[in-house]
Amino acid sequence: MKDLFAVVMLLGIYGLLSASFFVSMDAVDVAFTEASVGAGISTLLMLTTITMVGRYEHAARHKPTLALAVILITGALLIYGTLDMPYFGSPHAPANLHVAPQYLNDAVPGLNNSKQEVGVPNVVTAVLASYRGFDTFGEAAVIFTAGVGVLALLSVVRRPEEDAEIDAINDSMHQQHLILRIVIKILIPFIFLFALYVQFHGDYGPGGGFQAGVIFAVAIILYAMLFGLSTARRVINQSLIQILAAVGVLIYGSVGLVSILNGGNFLDYSALSSDPVAGQHLGILVIELGVGITVTSVMLIIFFNFAGRRENRRVSGSVTGNNSKNSSATKAAR
Amino acid sequence: MILGLYNYWVVVVLMMTGFYIVIAQGNLIKKIVGLNIFQTSVFILYISMAKVEGGSAPILTDGISQYSNPLPHVLILTAIVVGIATTSLGLALAVRIKEAYGSIEEDEIQDRDNKEC
Repeated sequence: MKDLFAVVMLLGIYGLLSASFFVSMDAVDVAFTEASVGAGISTLLMLTTITMVGRYEHAARHKPTLALAVILITGALLIYGTLDMPYFGSPHAPANLHVAPQYLNDAVPGLNNSKQEVGVPNVVTAVLASYRGFDTFGEAAVIFTAGVGVLALLSVVRRPEEDAEIDAINDSMHQQHLILRIVIKILIPFIFLFALYVQFHGDYGPGGGFQAGVIFAVAIILYAMLFGLSTARRVINQSLIQILAAVGVLIYGSVGLVSILNGGNFLDYSALSSDPVAGQHLGILVIELGVGITVTSVMLIIFFNFAGRRENRRVSGSVTGNNSKNSSATKAAR
Repeated sequence: MILGLYNYWVVVVLMMTGFYIVIAQGNLIKKIVGLNIFQTSVFILYISMAKVEGGSAPILTDGISQYSNPLPHVLILTAIVVGIATTSLGLALAVRIKEAYGSIEEDEIQDRDNKEC
């Protein structure tokens, strides 16, 4: 396919399909994340990118024979390798016998006379935040690093005289979508409410800091798409979200330090309170909050820098030609 | 039955599709799309391993005794969010390459590099 716009749209559909596939595999938390990330944010970022790098691909001059041979051989070897794997859905597969039964037994008090370690019905949240809290700390740090990387690659210094010109373009472009703007104004509070629900109900149902962070960011990005970047910049302070991205990781790390100071190990939430289960609840709540803040601010940093870069190019380059293409792309993104 | 392995075959097919796009396409955006497909195939590998026959989603409730394995879910949940972070880093690099070279086609970039040497 030569049209990258179609490629990106297909990728979004693929993301949504794999999310529904994850639901059928019982992985509701994963499906939630994939639906908001794969079908939402990643499609959006790719669209912003193709408005900058050009919509159409040049004619390919490659010979695919060698590549085909490579993937056929690798694929055949991989399929040969699967012959020793456990069957699909087998309860006796090694992956299901190692630590998973213990997690499932210990997560909730009173079930199978367990040790009452965590007391959180959603085992995925329990494992994510408590048993494997150290892993998740690493993931939060990786996301933060990616935000810093995008900032380093794409941030532009804006001159005040350009700002006025950008505002004029934005105003002319955003006069058109009156109905969409009103509908979005009504929708945004509900999206925020839903994000808060996902954030703080992660202990009992599917959800948690990662998903809530993405939903929060999507609401703000939606606002920025319809009301213009400069309006969104006035609402969301850019240096504030850069600080918040770091604060989220810091909150996470401080919970670990507090549990050391209380006599436990790093990220051992049972030491946070006199009642171990209450301590676990508190610890999980706080670190999910930290993750949520980091994910939201990093997604916003990424979006604002991509879109800000595009805006600057539009001012310096041809204004009218790009403009119509961009608005059609953003329209289709919704 | 050997057909019980079909989940791995789906994964292999998807993985090879992504791999083919990465090595055979010259356009950098398409390469990133290929990496995304490759990545999703790994997600599906983990999640399909976690599925237990007759099991339910790992949110504990009364009256259900069989649950799917929660551990791979945790690993993949964080991997998805990290994946979008790295994808955006790749897209940012593509934008910078477009600005520096005026193209995101692999061979045109190579030509320009060769001329300048």
